[in-house]
Amino acid sequence: MEKRTVAGALAFSIVVVFFLFSIFLLHPFGKPGQVQMDDYIITHTQNETGTNNGVTSVVFDYRGFDTLGEATILFSAVAGVLLLFRRVRH
Amino acid sequence: MTKIVKTTANILFPFTMIFGLYVIAHGHLTPGGGFQGGAIVASGCALLLVAYGSPWVFDHIKDKRLATFESLGAIGFITIGLLGLIFGAVFFGNFLAGSGSLFGTTPATGSTLADFNTGGVLPLMNFAVGVKVIAGLFVIILVMAYASSIKEWS
Repeated sequence: MEKRTVAGALAFSIVVVFFLFSIFLLHPFGKPGQVQMDDYIITHTQNETGTNNGVTSVVFDYRGFDTLGEATILFSAVAGVLLLFRRVRH
Repeated sequence: MTKIVKTTANILFPFTMIFGLYVIAHGHLTPGGGFQGGAIVASGCALLLVAYGSPWVFDHIKDKRLATFESLGAIGFITIGLLGLIFGAVFFGNFLAGSGSLFGTTPATGSTLADFNTGGVLPLMNFAVGVKVIAGLFVIILVMAYASSIKEWS
């Protein structure tokens, strides 16, 4: 048997074992573990951010810094593509 | 492309635009937001690119202008965050929420009818991110399609 096949089978079995462990370690359906932050956001979203959409209030207000990171990723992607293909233009 | 594809793109393009801009504008009320609506609008522009070819689109829309819009969206987003630092308490602070001015109405607690004039800085941020995502995704697709369409790399 080739070495690549053995290495692939080994890596696949390791991944499968970890997936099975993580499946059995999940919390039961309908019973989330820590709900304090969920309850706080659901209760206070309309008063604090004035928004009916809780997801948008999390994305742009409570976790605005994450959105800044996403925007930075998109900006760097655009900068990289324009830098890479700039010689194409006549 | 053939006439069938062009006609289909001509019909579908305005509806895609309107749906994407609706998702951006109502990001603080309905599911979606700046990123999602921007992706919808950029996919509509990609439909135009598929139907008419990248040289045609390149003649009508300059990629430098799209890059400028992308930068303007990013600058607007960070500016709103810094305004939160100045007028509110923290970076990305929602200083317009509940102030009674622009987008300053506070909705009643519980499930209520959606009021467009709510949300504080969230609609402005949705707009900035929407402009940024539209221009960014479209300029990526446009430049890469144009680069793959020409034979010689000068």
